[in-house]
Amino acid sequence: MSKVSYHVRHETLYHYDQPVGESHQLLRLAPRELAWQRCVGHRIEVRPEPSRFKDFVDSFGNTVRALHFDADHDSLFVHSESWVELDPRPTHDLESSPAWESVRDALRYRAGKRIDSESLQATAFLFESTDVRLKRDFGEYARPSFAPERPVLAAVDDLMQRIFREFSFDPEATDVSTPVTEVYANRRGVCQDFAHFMISCLRTQGIPARYVSGYILTRPPPGKKRLVGADATHAWVSVFCPDLGWIDFDPTNAVRPDLEHITIGWGRDFSDISPMRGVLLGGGGHEPEIAVTVVPEAEFTDLYSDPGLPSLALRFRNR
Amino acid sequence: MPAGLIHSYPFPPDRFDEMLVDRGMPRPHCEAFVRRLENLSHNALEQRADFVAEAIESDGVTYNVYADPKGISRPWELDMLPLIISAGDWKHLSAAVAQRARLLDAVLADLYGPQKLIAEGLLPPALVYGQRGYKWPCHGTVPPGGRFLHLYAVDLARSPDGNWWVIADRTQGPSGAGYALQNRIVVSQAFPDTFRNLHIHKLAGFFRSLQEGLARMAPTGGDTPLCVLLTPGPYNETYFEHAFLARYLGFPLVEGQDLTVRDDTVYLKTLRGLRRVHAILRRLDDDFCDPLELRADSALGVPGLLGAVRAGRVLMANALGSGVLESAALFGFLPRISERLLGEPLAMPSVASWWCGEGPALEHVLEHLDELVIKPAFPSMRMETLFGHFLSADERTQIVESIKAQPHAYVAQEWVRLSQAPVWTPNARQRLAPRSVGLRLFAAATPDGYVVMPGALTRVAPGGGVEVISMQRGGMSKDTWVQADMPVRRASLIKKRLGVIDLLCTGTDIPSRVGENLFWMGRHSERSESSARILRAALTRLVGGGDDIDKELSGLLLAASRIGAITSDDDAAGDDPEVTLEQRLLGAVSDLDQPGSIASNLRALALNANHVRERLSPDNWHVLNRLEAAVRPSPTTLDQALGALDQVLLSCVSLAGFAMDGMTRDEGWHFLILGRRIERLAGLSALVSVVLQARERDREPMLEWLLAAANSIVTYRARYRRSPELLPVMHLVVFDTSNPHSVGFQVHSLKRYLVSIAQDLGHPMPPQIAGLEQCLARFDLTAFEAEHCEAACSRLATLLSDAESTAYALSDEIHHRFFIHTARQSRLRSVA
Repeated sequence: MSKVSYHVRHETLYHYDQPVGESHQLLRLAPRELAWQRCVGHRIEVRPEPSRFKDFVDSFGNTVRALHFDADHDSLFVHSESWVELDPRPTHDLESSPAWESVRDALRYRAGKRIDSESLQATAFLFESTDVRLKRDFGEYARPSFAPERPVLAAVDDLMQRIFREFSFDPEATDVSTPVTEVYANRRGVCQDFAHFMISCLRTQGIPARYVSGYILTRPPPGKKRLVGADATHAWVSVFCPDLGWIDFDPTNAVRPDLEHITIGWGRDFSDISPMRGVLLGGGGHEPEIAVTVVPEAEFTDLYSDPGLPSLALRFRNR
Repeated sequence: MPAGLIHSYPFPPDRFDEMLVDRGMPRPHCEAFVRRLENLSHNALEQRADFVAEAIESDGVTYNVYADPKGISRPWELDMLPLIISAGDWKHLSAAVAQRARLLDAVLADLYGPQKLIAEGLLPPALVYGQRGYKWPCHGTVPPGGRFLHLYAVDLARSPDGNWWVIADRTQGPSGAGYALQNRIVVSQAFPDTFRNLHIHKLAGFFRSLQEGLARMAPTGGDTPLCVLLTPGPYNETYFEHAFLARYLGFPLVEGQDLTVRDDTVYLKTLRGLRRVHAILRRLDDDFCDPLELRADSALGVPGLLGAVRAGRVLMANALGSGVLESAALFGFLPRISERLLGEPLAMPSVASWWCGEGPALEHVLEHLDELVIKPAFPSMRMETLFGHFLSADERTQIVESIKAQPHAYVAQEWVRLSQAPVWTPNARQRLAPRSVGLRLFAAATPDGYVVMPGALTRVAPGGGVEVISMQRGGMSKDTWVQADMPVRRASLIKKRLGVIDLLCTGTDIPSRVGENLFWMGRHSERSESSARILRAALTRLVGGGDDIDKELSGLLLAASRIGAITSDDDAAGDDPEVTLEQRLLGAVSDLDQPGSIASNLRALALNANHVRERLSPDNWHVLNRLEAAVRPSPTTLDQALGALDQVLLSCVSLAGFAMDGMTRDEGWHFLILGRRIERLAGLSALVSVVLQARERDREPMLEWLLAAANSIVTYRARYRRSPELLPVMHLVVFDTSNPHSVGFQVHSLKRYLVSIAQDLGHPMPPQIAGLEQCLARFDLTAFEAEHCEAACSRLATLLSDAESTAYALSDEIHHRFFIHTARQSRLRSVA
């Protein structure tokens, strides 16, 4: 397969109970440049217009837009649009990757042992973080996949398949702050939860794993047309293997991301890379309405040419 | 004092004694002091001990033991006997501490920069990335002046052979320097002559270095630097020290909400406007400093602070993320890091440490557990330090299991038998008792290198034989005297006596938070008072009964619900109107969940008052406390409710008296009065409108309670000696500017205060109030002389409804302009 192009529209709307006098927001919405991904167009529109904004690159290389409002407003609307081109990713033979123990040991500290800069960066993804825990339980869950000397990618793939099989997708079971221990106890959740759990298992095994935030192409039900706003943001897992680099796994769909996963960026967990994070002065109870649309280039004109097209505001996270 | 003082003090065979070299024999550098002690009579020593205790109490030196709002703030405990360090010892100590500060600063620069220590295998990644103290969002930031560590503290212990060892590094916002200074001020006064004769180093120079270092390294762009001390607030355990240090250094003491970040620049919100802050000496932990990028649930921080740091627009002392070095697990790696980063051997050893994350270290620890002290490798683990030889068999098995499961989370240290020093006791048989001691030393960054405070906070174990020193668990402290080779000059940042030039007529730059709380204190106390008056009128009629009561009551209830004192008829649906009314009135007095009830107003008032505690006299507090108690327990009968309302009114009147006669009339006070006037203008206008908008035949019976609600009955009776009539009542409660409860009076005095504030604070005068004053002056009262004066009533009602909305608009304007410094919706695009 060759190159594919997508248009992504990601809209977020907050209604505040009371006027907000001052607010700071950080947006992580710009798709990253990768060997297999080019962001050929990206723009963010905000209403009301912020008093000021600024872009910077965070410690993990993601582009962040910082907004500041210092005038009363009772709603906030963020419209992000991106044109992204994807090439097929390099394929890896799972069974011929190095033994998982060798990955673990390569990054293990020994006094005076030097590590290269890629491995140095990977070690940042070996430890506990806000949403990721290292637990004996997680190690025990992971163990059946990590038989001695098993090739690391085969082991990770097996872990992903087991999570896909044994955990139920259930948007009602969790919210953005559900701890990963609870996700494990109930065996239910959404993409964010599965990613956090899989990362916890991997790090407990000593394998560096990071949290990837992005979008996924969905297919309308048979016979139905694609709807604007019917998609959602997505999250999956990336695993580090010396020599091979970072390789993605999507435990929500039991696939290895290729031409249908659009990457925004990554961090140690959701809290590092949440699409929108903010602090308000004043205001009150507010759940955002979010509408995401991922359209293959071929369908673009068709979808957006209909003036009366229905627009949906969906739940934050979806399969 | 007989020589027995020293002879009765036990000399320890197995540990170092700071005062004695042998039984009854002082160390050479302590000899002069010991001789002085022996020359003093029992009484004279007793007096000095009393002096020290009293000084601590009268200066209000405290240490909050429990960090909760109701916690006990415990007086600071200070022993009158200083710990003396010889000039020779000091030379070694100070050089070693300065080197360690330099080293840790360089480690921070590496960890938040190139991270070569990890790449070269000099530091395990687990001890950096695995620490919650490592703040990824801070990676890549370069502080102005290039220093990460501006105020550093290190805890030292002396082993039996007399050598000093580092047992802990404090790198975020170290506490204790202020307490050390406070100790010095008290103890040097207890032994003034000895202090002079022994050539003891002064502390002031150190604090001046700290001040100057921050001022010179802050990104001021040539402006006069404004440095603030950021505190988590009064509930923090060392809040006393924050306030004390802020005063001593001349820095405003601020909480997170006093600061705002705009255009990556930090500003202090003051009543005079936003003032640029160049440096922040912080006592707030990393996690809490910026809810936008660090811990999201922090209410103590400043949103956007990290952005200002990233832009190099503010100096943080210490740099955000410096808490990562507070792990004892780093000790073992420092000697090699020192060679690598400084090219020097580490001058002072850390206590021997084994980080269990390394295989051989783990084996050693498990084998020698009995001789070791076990600590968490990550300070965020909140684990108690364990002494191997005190562990029971069960505890031992448990800890061994935990260590084996997560070896990288534990560090073991050699157990150092702490040195001891004498403390003065009230026990007449043995005046001097030995206690374990440890030193906390401080270093400050200057552009020319680190300066070490020639003194220390000596921390003393709470009891004999106790090995763990912790202020949290009730330890004591000592002043620490460092001897100089030569006589030292006297210098202090505190002037001995104030001169004319020091006299202040008003406080400078009052933080907006203070003005805001005073403003709402004014509004809530006025609202409590007016609600209490109208509810009392209603209750009196309900209890008293009478022929016309229903008619009067319905008007009253309408008025009460109009000002929000009672739930409206629509909300209070019920089958039995009689019971419902009684319940509604009781709820209006005591239901905390009902917005606008007396109880919830009083609660809000107490909250505002708490934030400006230091500005209120004890008498004022007494009244505030009584006020809150007035509706507790909740009254259950109408009679009890009436009693409670009487109490509330009495206290409210006292508060009004304090406001006018018991407070200094500075900028903050103006806002208290503005709050009262605005609230009364709104409330009164609403009440009068209710009367004016009533049907003509219902109006007359309303005038009686209107006069009561406007506290004007006495004046009316004295003036007219007849039952209330519309024209004179309207004149008295709307137009008569000599009546402090009239609408006109509120408008008049609001204008006066606003003019004065506009002049003082350099803000333009809000325009609304002058227009209102003109309308009142132009109103033709003769229209009320007509037999039927409906037109006049409706005109006045319109005017008063304008007055009411003006009051609220004004409140909003003041809130935006002076307190939060943001633009209002009507001027959406204007940018500060």
